[in-house]
Amino acid sequence: MSTNVMQPEGSRPRRKTRISYRAALGEALAQEMSRDPTIVVMGEDIAGGMGAPGVQDTWGGAFGVTKGLLGRFGRDRVMDTPLQESAIIGAAIGAASNGLRPVAELMFNNFIGVCMDQLMNQAPKFRYMFGGKLTTPVTIRTVYGAGIRVAAQHSSAYHSILTHIPGLKVVMPSSAYDAKGLLIASIRDDDPVVFFEHIGLFDKEGDVPEEPYAIPLGEANVVREGGDVTIVAFGRMVDVSVAAADSLRTSGISCTVIDPRTTSPLDEDTILESVAETGRLVVVDEGNPRCGIATDISALVADRAFDSLTAPIKMVTAPHCHVPFAPVLEDAYLPSAEKVEAAVRSIVGAARAP
Amino acid sequence: MKEGLISKWHLNEGDTVNQGDELVDIETEKVANVYESPHSGVLKRKVVPEGRSVPIGSLFGVIASKDTADAEIEAYVEQFESTFSVADAEEGGAIPEVVDVPGGYIRFLKQGQGAAVPAVLIHGFGADLNSWLLNQAALADSRPVYAIDLPGHGGSVKDPRIATLEDIAQAVIAFLEAKSLSSVHLIGHSLGGAVAAKIAAERPALVKSLTLIAPAGLGKEINFSFIRALVDIDRRKDMATALETLFYNPALVSRDMTMGVLNAKRIDGAVTCLRAIATGCFGSGEQKSILRDQISQLPLPVQVIWGQSDRVIPPQHAQELPGKIRVHPVEHAGHAVQLEKAGEINRLLSHFIDQG
Repeated sequence: MSTNVMQPEGSRPRRKTRISYRAALGEALAQEMSRDPTIVVMGEDIAGGMGAPGVQDTWGGAFGVTKGLLGRFGRDRVMDTPLQESAIIGAAIGAASNGLRPVAELMFNNFIGVCMDQLMNQAPKFRYMFGGKLTTPVTIRTVYGAGIRVAAQHSSAYHSILTHIPGLKVVMPSSAYDAKGLLIASIRDDDPVVFFEHIGLFDKEGDVPEEPYAIPLGEANVVREGGDVTIVAFGRMVDVSVAAADSLRTSGISCTVIDPRTTSPLDEDTILESVAETGRLVVVDEGNPRCGIATDISALVADRAFDSLTAPIKMVTAPHCHVPFAPVLEDAYLPSAEKVEAAVRSIVGAARAP
Repeated sequence: MKEGLISKWHLNEGDTVNQGDELVDIETEKVANVYESPHSGVLKRKVVPEGRSVPIGSLFGVIASKDTADAEIEAYVEQFESTFSVADAEEGGAIPEVVDVPGGYIRFLKQGQGAAVPAVLIHGFGADLNSWLLNQAALADSRPVYAIDLPGHGGSVKDPRIATLEDIAQAVIAFLEAKSLSSVHLIGHSLGGAVAAKIAAERPALVKSLTLIAPAGLGKEINFSFIRALVDIDRRKDMATALETLFYNPALVSRDMTMGVLNAKRIDGAVTCLRAIATGCFGSGEQKSILRDQISQLPLPVQVIWGQSDRVIPPQHAQELPGKIRVHPVEHAGHAVQLEKAGEINRLLSHFIDQG
């Protein structure tokens, strides 16, 4: 758990420049809740201890993100919910349609099945079907991703399924800086946003400004620049791709690594402009390969940048199977820097001298 | 700045090198630039090859006199690397702090220590303390050096009521008082130069010497469409194009420099403050405060440094200043001359300050 401390309201904030992804998310929530009294948070074990005697706010959420919010904002705004996703999300959407700005937590994105009607057939369609008379400014925070040995029902990456649905925005921060700025932007957005936090990134530290800031949704971040290949990656796969890019650089192969940060809306221009320069594309996603964001981006590029391509598009994804429990198999399941490097080499050809 | 990439060596092992020769191209997060040799001698070893990134503080080359034995060089390299710790280098590396002042707070980065008169670096419009990335460490060898963020910029207070040159100068004076700095060498770039000059004019006892780098305040003309671009642009590609205005060599605009400017503007209140300051200082397209007379009469050493290819504020503003003010034109450099010709600027700064 992070040791970063959030200062109570009123005192001059003083904290170290580098904080964890988890702390950045918590800071975004606290600062937004201070600014806007209509923002409420709700979810399982958001604080912990509701309705029971003894210590309150024992958990601050399953991953510690919401720790401390209860003390500052009280149980009217920080609500532990029953273990019932359709109720959590349903209540959040209802509240959003009636003047609140809820941030609801779906503890693992695997549980999305239980609230799929709310996220597929209700929230994203209200503005459209009610002719703009209803807006749903709800943010659904959820945790996704594999790698920490919690098996098939707690390790999936379902961002592609939600990207498919018009009316939903889908956000996937890969760093502490992006996490804070994108969460603030998501909360301020008047449409339903599903915010995917990677389970393996909570402890990752980075420089994060103390003041609130909002990163526009639909703007990619270019993490590395290089002329031989464009690598597009999401969430924790950004770090994996950067490791591959840095390794490839020593062989004289220079890679551009693009982190779209949001799958919906998608920054198509940055991707297409980069492929126009490099002529090669590798897409890296830890989701399953059928009908995923990797195929989506591959089709976009094949359609709109065909004449720039000098090699087939390569996708590095998990296989079409579930996340294994056995550690050796889980590691084999996930994309790795080695797999990304191999994909790049397969389309760049022999290593060049630097 | 955590690490640097050695992107190109200009010399080979065994070559003779003179102080000031271009030695190696280094890319950092914010800017790529050429590093000039600090010493004369023979380049004995390239410790870090081209294409490799190393953490701050790492040994990347060895220059020695011609007859130094190879065995001695090897021993030195081995000794350095066995005792070098990235964690120590990082810890030793300064991080920005924030100090309360009346009306808000100012973020600053302090490097260097000792009893010598400190230097204070003041950036220009739309920038922040990172403007001095290639200058602060060099100056900090011999004295404490404070690089500050002006109000409305970087990590300092975002209050749009701090909008005129007078307001900004007062805030910087408040910073000096908060840090108990009673005598400082002021070094200001662009709008920061006008701020420094204003402080020197109002409180000359505070200022041991004044260095103005491509300053505002010496004439009416300013590239107002550049100022407006800094305020209005929100897209990376457009901002990268706009930032090229700052340099003689547009290739110096790095992706991280562009994102640094954009990210700073995304902080709540930043754009409102930039608009207020643009209006407060440059009104309808011209500089509002002309301090030529005050600067000419200052009872303290003043130097003016200007890149001759400056497309933001005309270098002609440095003409016809009184003879006691040293004027240093710099060739093949644009407005951000302290980034573009860091080696030369650092020499000019050290030389001037050490005299005083």
